[in-house]
Amino acid sequence: MDEFRMPSLGADMEHGKVVEWLVKPGDYVHKGDLVAAVDTDKTVMDIESFQEGVVAEFLVDIGDTVDVGTPIARITATPAEIPPPARIPPPEPEPGTKAPPPVRHLAHTLGVDVGRISGSGPGGEVTRADVERAAAASGTSARAAPAAESDVPVESAAHRVRSSPLARRLAAELGVDLQAIAGTGPGGAVTEEDVLAAVPPRERAPKEEAPSKRAPSERAAEEPAEAPPSEAPVAEPPHKAAEEAPRRGRKDTGSKAETLRQAIGSLMSRSKKEIPHYYLSTTLDLAAAMAWMQGANQQRPVSSRLVPSALLLKATALAAKEVPDMNGFFTKGAFQPSAAVHLGVAVALRHGGLVAPALHDADTLTLDELMDQLRDLVGRARAGRLQRAEMADPTLTVTNLGDLGVESVYGVIYPPQVAMVGFGKVLEQPWAHNGMLGIRHAAIATLSADHRVSDGLRGGRFLARIDELLQKPGEL
Amino acid sequence: MNEQDARQAVGAALGKVAPDVEPGDLNGGARLRQDLELDSLDFLRLVEVIAESTGVDIPEADYPAVATVDGLVTYVAGHG
Repeated sequence: MDEFRMPSLGADMEHGKVVEWLVKPGDYVHKGDLVAAVDTDKTVMDIESFQEGVVAEFLVDIGDTVDVGTPIARITATPAEIPPPARIPPPEPEPGTKAPPPVRHLAHTLGVDVGRISGSGPGGEVTRADVERAAAASGTSARAAPAAESDVPVESAAHRVRSSPLARRLAAELGVDLQAIAGTGPGGAVTEEDVLAAVPPRERAPKEEAPSKRAPSERAAEEPAEAPPSEAPVAEPPHKAAEEAPRRGRKDTGSKAETLRQAIGSLMSRSKKEIPHYYLSTTLDLAAAMAWMQGANQQRPVSSRLVPSALLLKATALAAKEVPDMNGFFTKGAFQPSAAVHLGVAVALRHGGLVAPALHDADTLTLDELMDQLRDLVGRARAGRLQRAEMADPTLTVTNLGDLGVESVYGVIYPPQVAMVGFGKVLEQPWAHNGMLGIRHAAIATLSADHRVSDGLRGGRFLARIDELLQKPGEL
Repeated sequence: MNEQDARQAVGAALGKVAPDVEPGDLNGGARLRQDLELDSLDFLRLVEVIAESTGVDIPEADYPAVATVDGLVTYVAGHG
């Protein structure tokens, strides 16, 4: 399938606006290459390609807001490819047609199907010249010709149900078996509508109750359309086109903060409704950690100084690795622990609201690496340059409100995660230690966790582990 | 460095780190963390920008002295 769809960049995202194309038609993209910058209700993010191929055309214009799952571009494995019939194993390449790997690669790059070329080399082998000739000859006819399958998308098609990533995610969320659904999409692919249609109405309700269509009138009034409503090939309510949000980099506006607030609000109310939270707190003894950090910072130029958050995050990541009940997702009515620790970091945006992008594999980073990535992540979060994976895959989120001066913060779990860690500000406190009263640095750590997955005993062990790890800061 | 240069440097650095802060909010008594809502990473970045633009490196031990706009201006003027 060659449609590149608006991805879901978090459980609370319903639609996104394409604000920039990072490729142009004709570009060859690999899996993971950045394709576009998308503005969600929360922030602007770069999204990457899920497939490899040639960007054939854009299906939406810059400034268009479309729902998650809407095709926004076509990326063809080769320009000559058409979707294969669903669930029918594709034909083997003609036995006589052979091409050495470099030639196949060239053919792939040029969008030529080697199976359709008669080779002029020894034993009917396809040569570079044959491929180049075929590429030159194909031109416009290539797309119309029903070419046989090229070698790229073949292997998975036979034993996997064709579906969009969104449909798969939705199916996983709703507990629907993709195999059991007849797809109505291109090539028999299962679409998200198919998935929704397969869900009994009772279960479907919560999914659809999500945040109301936003009040268009105010926004349209305070933001006269910067771009004329475009003729997107996608049906969308007329008000959305007029709802031109600020361009990237512009000083922010109230409406953005308002939609962000709505998105957060609806997700948090879902979290509070569905997740049985329990709450714990403990006071971390930070004497050793702060002394170590202050000593380390004296030796460092300002550009590589650490902040207390870096130590707290690293200790949290290590503890999450050891207590997996805090780290993973609750989906399909069951907990799936995550082997990797992608630590979500709640970042307050300066115009209001927050996002919680992930520090990937935080448990494996050195403190310096973690600090660098934290600065990079926070900077990009505020500049609106986050990437899709950073928004979509945190396995456990930390909120550090201590900077704003509170002593403790009890977070609301970000579904489908199963725990949220909160850190208050680092204070000097009177502290009894070895029978003596002294002054030590301390901070309150809290845990909000999902009672379907863990209980106070595990949660308490997790918080205690964070404290233990912070007693040996040099080993973090 | 005289105080006026220092104030200018501090204003420019704050504009870089917290572009949404209105210049009007930059009265001398404004506390960087509480009033201007700089978090620890913003604050670190501010210290870094000031070191780049003025050559004044503020060690961590002196952070309490630079908690307000005026404190920072005085510090930069005194060390630049």
